[in-house]
This record gives sequence, C-alpha cells and structure tokens, in this order.
Amino acid sequence: MKTLSFLLAGVGGQGTILASDVLAAVGLHAGHDVKKSEVHGMAQRGGSVTTYVRWADTVYSPLIGPGEADYVLAFEKLEVLRYVEMIRPGGVVLVNDYVISPLSVTSGTDTYPTDQQILTILAAASDQVHFVPAMALAESLGNPRVNNVVLLGALSHFLGDVPVEAWLQALRERVPSRLVELNERAFLLGRSQFGGNDPGKTP
Amino acid sequence: MKRFLSGNEAVAWGAWESGIVVAAAYPGTPSTEILETLAPMPDVYAEWSPNEKVAMDVAIGAAYAGSRAMAVMKHVGLNVAADSFFYAAMTGLEAGLVVVNADDPFMHSSQNEQDNRRYCKFARVPCLEPTDSQEAHDLVGAALNISEQFDTPVMLRLTTRLSHSSSVVELEGVRPPPRAERPTYRIDTAKYVMVPGNARRRHPVAEQRIARLAEFAETFSFNQLKMRDTSLGIVCSGVAYQYAREVFPDASVLKLGMTYPIPARMVRQFARQVGRLIVIEELDPFLEEEIRLLGIPVEGKSIFPICGELDQSVVRDNAIKAGLLPASALMPTPHPDKIPLPPRPPILCPGCPHRGVLHVANKLGLVVNGDIGCYTLAFLPPLGAVHTCGCMGASIGVAHGVAKAGISQRNVAVLGDSTFFHTGLPALLNVAYNRSNTITLILDNRTTAMTGHQQNPGTGRTLQNAETAPIGLEPLVRALGIGLVHTVDSYDLKGVEAALKNCLDANEPTVIIARRECALMPEVRKQWVPLRVNAEKCNGCGLCFRVGCPAVVKSDEIDPKTGRAKARIDSQLCTGCEVCAQVCARKAILFRAQLNEEGGER
Repeated sequence: MKTLSFLLAGVGGQGTILASDVLAAVGLHAGHDVKKSEVHGMAQRGGSVTTYVRWADTVYSPLIGPGEADYVLAFEKLEVLRYVEMIRPGGVVLVNDYVISPLSVTSGTDTYPTDQQILTILAAASDQVHFVPAMALAESLGNPRVNNVVLLGALSHFLGDVPVEAWLQALRERVPSRLVELNERAFLLGRSQFGGNDPGKTP
Repeated sequence: MKRFLSGNEAVAWGAWESGIVVAAAYPGTPSTEILETLAPMPDVYAEWSPNEKVAMDVAIGAAYAGSRAMAVMKHVGLNVAADSFFYAAMTGLEAGLVVVNADDPFMHSSQNEQDNRRYCKFARVPCLEPTDSQEAHDLVGAALNISEQFDTPVMLRLTTRLSHSSSVVELEGVRPPPRAERPTYRIDTAKYVMVPGNARRRHPVAEQRIARLAEFAETFSFNQLKMRDTSLGIVCSGVAYQYAREVFPDASVLKLGMTYPIPARMVRQFARQVGRLIVIEELDPFLEEEIRLLGIPVEGKSIFPICGELDQSVVRDNAIKAGLLPASALMPTPHPDKIPLPPRPPILCPGCPHRGVLHVANKLGLVVNGDIGCYTLAFLPPLGAVHTCGCMGASIGVAHGVAKAGISQRNVAVLGDSTFFHTGLPALLNVAYNRSNTITLILDNRTTAMTGHQQNPGTGRTLQNAETAPIGLEPLVRALGIGLVHTVDSYDLKGVEAALKNCLDANEPTVIIARRECALMPEVRKQWVPLRVNAEKCNGCGLCFRVGCPAVVKSDEIDPKTGRAKARIDSQLCTGCEVCAQVCARKAILFRAQLNEEGGER
C-alpha cells in the first residue's frame, strides 16, 4: 500500500494524544506497519501539540514532511494553519469548528484569524477541507471533552475500508470503562456527519 | 509478544528483560518515561535520584556490587554526571552498566543541543544507537553484554524522535531468574581506587579496550551493510537511518548500531564499493569525522545541517541541492498566502502557583535569576518576570555573583523544589558561607512539575511509590546557614510581597519558600472552582490581564466610560486560585467565598 500519513494538531489538554493512540491501534489492527510520533510540550497545557501517525507496509520515518499529510485532523481552528504546507495536495482536512484563544489574543496583542481567512488559506491547499462542529456535537452529548473522539469519528468516514469495529475496539481499550459508552456515541456521531452509509474509500 | 512501544518504553522493557537490578535517573525530557515505565515492573529497583551525577554513582555502585545497572538522563544531565561517567570508564565494573542518554536535537525541551556521542570518544566508552523502538529494546541487552565482555560502561544514545516515537516491538516478556544468593562484594583496590598511581595503570587499559572494541565492531550484528545501487553509499545511525531509507530507497546503506568506535574495515569496504559516500547524521559530524580520520573522502555536513533536527524533507531538499537527487524529487507542497498567526507557546497553566509570586517580584522591580522549571515560562509577556535561565541549579550561584558584582537593583534567585534539591543546595551553601544578600525564592509546588509530576526528596514518596520521610525545606536551608527564612502561601500575594520586602530590608542571605501544590495534581484538580467576574464592577482596566492567566480573557462587553473590554473568566480553564481576584483593584472578580453571594455573569 501507499504510505498514509496523518497529522493531528491541537492544544494541550484537548486529547490529541489519545486520538493518535487510537489511530495507531486501528492501523495495526488493519495489518499495517505503524509509527507514531509526538512532541511532549514543555508545560502541561496551553501549548500547541502535534502528533504524527503513519501507516504503510513498512514505515520508515516517524515524521511527516511538507506535502505529505494525507489526513489532517485539527482539534482547534487556528492550529491547522500552522501546518498548511504539510497537507498533500488534495489531502483530507478536518477542522474542529472551535476556538481556543491564545494568550496573545486574549491580551489584545494579536488577532485571531477570521473564518474567511482560514477557509481561504486551506482552500489553497486542498479541495477536501471540512469544518466539523465536533465541540457542539460533544456538548450535545453532555460532555465537551469527547470532541476529540467526535472528530476521530468524522475521520473514520474517510477511511471507509477500515471496519467500524476496529475503531470502537481501539477506543474501548483506551478510555475508562465508565466513559466507554459516551465515547462510542461520540465516535458514531462524528462518523455520521458525512452521511454514515456512504463511506469514502482509502486512497 | 508484540507491543506498540515508544523508544523510551522499549528501553524499559529491554532493561527489565536483561535482568537490570538497579536503575537510577533524574527526570528530563525526552528521557523521563524510561524509568516511569520500568518502575512498576517486578524485581527491579528504580529511583529518582536528586540529580544525574548521583544517579550515575548509584548505578556504578550497583555494577561494582555485581548487579546489572542502568543510569538514565537527558543530554545535559550527562554534563552534571560527567565526572562519574569518566571514572567509571577508568575503573570498569563487576557487572553490566548501561548509561542511557537522550539527546534533544532541535531543543524541543532543552537549553542547548549537544551531541553526546562526543562524550563517548572523550571518555573511551562505546556508543550504541538504535534506529527504532525494536532496536532500542534489543540494544539494552547488547549494551550490557558488551559492558561485561569488555569491562566498560556503555552508552545507549537516544534522541527525542527515538524516545517519543512508537513502533512495533517483539518482546521476550521474560526476565532471567534472580540469583539464589547475594553476591559477595569483590575488593580490588588497584582497579577501583583511582589515585594517580592506580589511574596511571588503568588509562592504558582503557585505550587497549577501545582498540579491542573497534575490532568487535567489525562483527557486531547491529552494524549492517546493505548493498543496493552502488552509485551512492550512505553511512547513518539512529533515526537518520529512517530518513535515509525513505528518501534514498535504492541507495546502499551502512547502518551503524555502534557509532563509537566505528568498524574501520567495514567502512573501508563500503567506501570502496560505492561511488559517492555520504553520512546522514543529526547534530555533529561525528561519524563523518571518524570516517575522515580513516583517510576516506566523505561528505556530510557540507550537505545536511548541523543545527536542529533532520526529517525526510530536510534530507530530501538538501540532497536535491547537492545533486544527489533530481529536482523532480521535490514534493509538491501547497503555497497559500501566509497570514501572521498568533503563537501558542507553552505557558504557565491556569492556577499555576508560580504566577502570583513572579507577578509580585515583577511589581517590585526585582531582577530574577531563574532556573530550569515551569517558572522559566514567566519570562514571557505579560509577566516578563524571569531574566536569566541557563541550566539546572544555576539561579543561586548566578544571583550570588550578581550580588557580589553589585547592581543598582536587588536580584532574586528563583528555582523550584526539585531543582533546589538537584543542584541548588551547594549554591545556597555558598551564599551562606560567602555572605551575599542574595534572596533565594524556592517555589515549592510539591512535585517535579515540568517533566510531568515526578516525586522528589520533598514529596514523601519514591518513584516506586514507597513512603519515605519528606525532606523539609525550612530545616534544610537553616542547616545550610540561612538565618532569615520565610514560608508563604504562593497564592497569598500580600504574604509574598511582605516576605520579599522583609528580605529586601535585610542585608544578609535570605530564603523565601513559597509553597502551594501544582494546580494540575490530581487531588488539587478535584478542588477546582471557576471564579467569575461581576461585570457591573469591572471597568476594563486590564490589571488582571497583566497576570497572564489564560483563564482571564477579554469579554465582548465594552465599558462605556473607559472604552475597554471588560474581563471574563473562562470557566473551562479557571481553577479558582484567586490570584486575579487579589490583583483586581475594583473587587470585580469574585473570590470563591463570594461566588454564592454576589451576582455576576458566568
């Protein structure tokens, strides 16, 4: 198979690492060689967090270079813009429609980009850009923290030949038992956002 | 059994399966998870030592006593432990000793990027480098075997990418059975007492040993030569091997699992068979220089950068520039119009107990000689309250030097509890002994926070979660000779200010211990209560924004008189530390006790 590269970008505390762990487990379950790479930030929360996951017959580099990200999962709207050059032309970009203001914006030094600016920049990189109301959907389930799993569910739609059970199993193995049902619902809700019955095929 | 493991986790498994009895470390990114993974495994003793030098001595002692041992540290930790590393290379050991060293190219979490393979050549110690998690696991056992066969410490050199990348590892899942009896300590003073007379006899032993190791390297199974297309030959090690394979799938590759000493005959044979010989390695031209010393023409850092981290795109782009690849190999990449993006640097967390203390120091106009820890992040605006940061424990010595040189302001040494135990102790002793009026501010958040909440001598728990006597900072600093010692609650801004002013009035060595648990500790999280702003009282003066808490944000409501945005508190982020409430001059931010009494918008 062709190497599939996933880039996950978010803000510390958003569950980016958990999502990348699930993605790695799903790749292994599907029989691929998998590598995952993450940079542990200096402070615990509030900084940018990026992880890479790659699936292939043999994965060499654990990193992703410019133009190599087949799938970008952005847990926060601004974070995706830091990695625009990483997107493979035509790659799938899923953006959580959610803002976490950086301190410099809060303090009035910087301004947060407008939705129009974000869309314009992303449109220049790919025609497969989708905003997902993952936070709103997670809140509708009563727990905003599962917005990462909603977004993961949305991603699963674009990897149609991976059975849904592989995702759910990987998820179950990584969340506390009392939260399994909530996470499953969050995942399936995200997965249904693009018309659950007509999944895309892995390129 | 197959497991998906990070390089660090794989090293821990390799250590356990190789029968390591004692492991010691000081936490340091990117190496911390190695001991955290090993500690819960059965039949292993693992500890957080106060610093890397102590950890190294502990591991050496265990190996002197005939047990396999491991010392773990990040690259700069080996600077602290270098003295011990060097004597161990002279004495050798009675059982295997592996020094796991994690370099940090690109300085993801470090003050410099140094290539510690240089230490191996410096000390005559062999160096092993894995290319993935499987090799990280396997090379621990190989390192211990080499250590015992050649009577030498062995370095296992990781890098951030190796430590924090995960791949599939085939594990044995078993550990050799423990010895039935305790070994008798073998006394050999000629070998282990490094007085000049003995040391003079040991130095030639170390030189002969490294020559024998160079011979061993020729057949070491992790040095692997793979001939493909012979127009290009690549020598590489570590994660750079992965980039080489990805960018040059058809090139011949000599992968070195042992990078010091290098196998000279193997390199010569490889060089003869290929057209153009290059080295792809991160940081220093270490292999390149070793190969050049053999008289073999080779290229490396003339093509690939010495600074920062490599990845496939860095390798590819520079290879194209050097004519190793056609321009058509360039990856198509998007080039959208760039707009300036607000940065999102690591910042002090909401509720961080350091914030208020450093806010007060800033307010009093103090020069702060900082140290390594979360509090360093207070150098950023709007706090701007830390003015130097060099290495672990540097704050107090630097502040003492500043005080002795004399400046128009007063300066304060600021460091955390774990950093104080690490290397602050002797520096504070110096302040007391040589009498400067240095104010030392110990930010005691009851944990080693920056690396992710490790135990330290002050916490009352060990790495393996055994109960132990917590070392009290107050009696400790008094015993070091400090007469004026204040203890304050880090959240009590008036108390902090009063203590600082009292120390400023005193022309003698002083210590302030500002104590409050890290807001992210699990038991503290349970007590979080988000505050809120009474919008009727807030006039948008902005005092609270200057504290630099991510939970205090500008609301959409503009005060009609001042024309400025009023403050709002993000209830998802706020912990209820009340620092902003204390700063607010109009009492518009409600304290915890007021939340049920007064109104205010959520």
